[in-house]
Amino acid sequence: MEIHEEKRLEHPLSKEELDKRPKIEYKPYAKYSYSAGQAITKFLEGLKEGKIYGRKCRKCGRVYVPPRMYCEDCFRPTDEWIEVKDEGIVMTAVASFISWTRERLESPEIVGVIRLFPSSDRDFVYPALFHRICCSYEEVKDMSIMGRKVKAIWKSKEKREGSINDIDCFKVI
Amino acid sequence: MHKVAIVAMGWYGFRPLTPEVSFREMVFEAATRAYAMADIDPRKDVDTFISCQEDFWEGISIADEFAPDPIGGSMRPTMTVSGDGIQGIVHGAMQILSGISKITVVESHSKPSDIEKIHKIVEFGMDPIYVRTVKSPNVHFLAGLDASKFMKKGYTREDFAEVVRKNKVNGLSSPRSSYASKLSLEDILSQDYVVYPLSKLDIAEYVDGSIVSVLASEEVARKLTDTPIWIDGMYFSSDSTLELSYLGEAEYLTISSREALKMAKVDSPTKLKGGFIDDRYSYKELEHVESIGLNAREMLREGELEKDGDFPVNPLGGHLAKGIPLEASGLSLTLDGFEYLLSGKESAIVASWRGIPTFTGGVLVMRR
Amino acid sequence: MRPNIYYSKRVGILGSGLTLFRSKMLETPQELAFIAARRALDEAGLELKDIDCVVIGSAPDAFDGVHMKGEYLAHGSGGIRKMVSRVYVGGATGVMVPISGWYHVASGLCEKVLVVAEEKMSGDLPHPQAIFRYIWDPITEKPLNPNLIWIFAMEMHRYMKKYGIKKEDIALVSVKNKRNAINNPYAQLPGQITVDDVMNSEVLVWPVQRLDISPTSDGAAAMVLASEDVTRRYTDTPVWIEGVGWTLDNTSWPGRDLFYPRYLENAAKMAYRMAGIERPNKEIDVVEPYDPFDYKELHHLEGLQIAGRGQAPFLLKEGFFDLDGDIPSSPSGGLLGVGNPIAAAGLMKTISIYWQLKGIAGKMQVKRPVKTGVAQAWGDLMQASTVIVMRN
Repeated sequence: MEIHEEKRLEHPLSKEELDKRPKIEYKPYAKYSYSAGQAITKFLEGLKEGKIYGRKCRKCGRVYVPPRMYCEDCFRPTDEWIEVKDEGIVMTAVASFISWTRERLESPEIVGVIRLFPSSDRDFVYPALFHRICCSYEEVKDMSIMGRKVKAIWKSKEKREGSINDIDCFKVI
Repeated sequence: MHKVAIVAMGWYGFRPLTPEVSFREMVFEAATRAYAMADIDPRKDVDTFISCQEDFWEGISIADEFAPDPIGGSMRPTMTVSGDGIQGIVHGAMQILSGISKITVVESHSKPSDIEKIHKIVEFGMDPIYVRTVKSPNVHFLAGLDASKFMKKGYTREDFAEVVRKNKVNGLSSPRSSYASKLSLEDILSQDYVVYPLSKLDIAEYVDGSIVSVLASEEVARKLTDTPIWIDGMYFSSDSTLELSYLGEAEYLTISSREALKMAKVDSPTKLKGGFIDDRYSYKELEHVESIGLNAREMLREGELEKDGDFPVNPLGGHLAKGIPLEASGLSLTLDGFEYLLSGKESAIVASWRGIPTFTGGVLVMRR
Repeated sequence: MRPNIYYSKRVGILGSGLTLFRSKMLETPQELAFIAARRALDEAGLELKDIDCVVIGSAPDAFDGVHMKGEYLAHGSGGIRKMVSRVYVGGATGVMVPISGWYHVASGLCEKVLVVAEEKMSGDLPHPQAIFRYIWDPITEKPLNPNLIWIFAMEMHRYMKKYGIKKEDIALVSVKNKRNAINNPYAQLPGQITVDDVMNSEVLVWPVQRLDISPTSDGAAAMVLASEDVTRRYTDTPVWIEGVGWTLDNTSWPGRDLFYPRYLENAAKMAYRMAGIERPNKEIDVVEPYDPFDYKELHHLEGLQIAGRGQAPFLLKEGFFDLDGDIPSSPSGGLLGVGNPIAAAGLMKTISIYWQLKGIAGKMQVKRPVKTGVAQAWGDLMQASTVIVMRN
């Protein structure tokens, strides 16, 4: 179990030591234009109009937001477009003090999951969006924001471009 | 040892562009067709699911996240084999033979039309320290090296052109062949080189597509269909890294076909009734035919590899006619073989390669 | 305990190998894989020529900066002119690799299999975190510029809210695992820390603080698996793989309640059914649940049916999961103490259980006699779990 020094093949390094070693840098050219497909195209068009569209499976009644053309539970095509409310319940919320490259943020960014209506608190699966929440750090820290009812704050009509960012955030009403 | 069969396959796409569907919707369409053919409900009848994909083909880090939903595999044992569809089929067959599954689904798909510069992704697959740094202007240089070495065995540019002509014409009989055409040898030989000795027509194009296959244990297969296609032999293997692998021959298929034929108890591939063999470069079809133990040059020149010859190779067109659906390539060849056997032929060998810069391939020996 | 009636072929473990887990290593990914593989072969008393098949596990290709990472790693992993492939279920890969090795042998296709898992995160610029931006849905999630820690923080907070769990109770996992790691010669971050240390560490994404998280690491792990005949020929103290299970939940993680990992319950039940385990909290003697974050260990102990829903924090407080407790959890020190080279960390957890059952865990050996052990890993978008049951 013990690893004896003489048997050690690997070489852990400090950052300074590693920086002194030869390195080959390579920046991959990995760019994509993802086909949104049928479901997400309509969803994005809906956001531009200030509406949140979902797809409903009539067999099990599940509503998919973001929409899917097929029901993963029943394995059949979903049946109809329905507009869900731009209101819902905050299921979870967090306050981020770091950016996606792990740089420190001065004021935290608050994000979470919003369970959209129609749905009930007995559901394990539900229509939902992952988005920003406009509230204070304290409300996150004391967990009071969780369980609150919130509504989407939309960008003004001319600024909407058919993106998830057409919603600025969800805010307590 | 018990046997494993392919009981159904479904496909969608096989077009250069598929802007109307997301990759997930495309997979759902293929899965729906496969399950309809097998007459099974994936939510109840399937024990395990396998998806074959690579992150940088998808443009998603951990593409496995997207594997379950469109094949009916969510909340079920679903996993990814980061490799060619044939590797997925062998993994699936092993799951069945181990006793953990009776029905296993193997899926693969491709959407190269979503990738801005696919050759940069291919280059990203090369060794970071001493291959990428060569900064070759053309990723096909590796194929050029391999092909030049291969020509020393007595193959000519005309032989390669003959493969292109044969496969592009054969493709006209398959609805999946976006790149099929009727060309003369002169048309083909008059093209400029991309990398000597290969011209644009010697190199298969990419294609969007999805394939879903349903594997079953012997007992279950016999219940599901009157025409199970048995996998009598299977294997896949890799050679080594670029500088240590054999150029001019496909060691990965020599090993794989040796083991797969042994498992199928077939002493010579000539006993089989046809081959579905990777032809993403024209010369590769010949190199691969040699690797499975046949005299490709003689057979080609004698016309034996033609659709009506003694040992038809790619009678439905292969990659030169259908395009390369990335990791679904092995499944594309398997699907051709599957249709060929369902049409009444007795047996076939499928031999797949993962393309540049890999030295990896797999073989299935299939029987009706 | 019922004997296993469904599977005729038993699969044993012949050897294991690890590299040190460190934040930065000189070695290339191939070299790390080689070191771990060589140690596993040495412990098994085998050479590469004896190996029939190789199974590789590695998490995102982006970490090592190579597309088709399995092809690249095949060389250092001994996958030369043999059957070699890579399996992948995100962070859950580390336990999927031995599961895949299991069916390679149990199918009868291979007799001796080398399984290797590797990750090198130190080469990533600007930070490994940036890689994780691409794990999100490219259209509906990535435009929000998410950070990997967000998703964990969201799950942790939901778990806390649902059961009224305090951060202090969760921090005890970090304290326990870093303490356990003191006994592990491969560990990157062993130490005696306190709950206060965790509570006072830098807030990254509330409720996640720096000491709630495992570090980024370079490292590799390997194991040799073999058929029953071969195993009995090579060892008098065999350890067997008796149950395997894995499950992927759907991709739409926002549309699922995050307080409970139902996919893990599925995976665990699949493995327990195969191993004939009916009462997991009575029949399992030692467990290595996946702990990239401290709350995750608790979440997973509940999904594994070892603790009731919302009960894991209370059992932890009582010492139930300590080295001398009823069911010691993460005796290796886990990812929090040993380090987290993603796929290699999951295989390390499997190896830790192997050491315990073989009785070669040295200072890590738990106090009570052990018969049955379980290792588990987790991954993708809060959706994947892999479970392996072993017995001696």
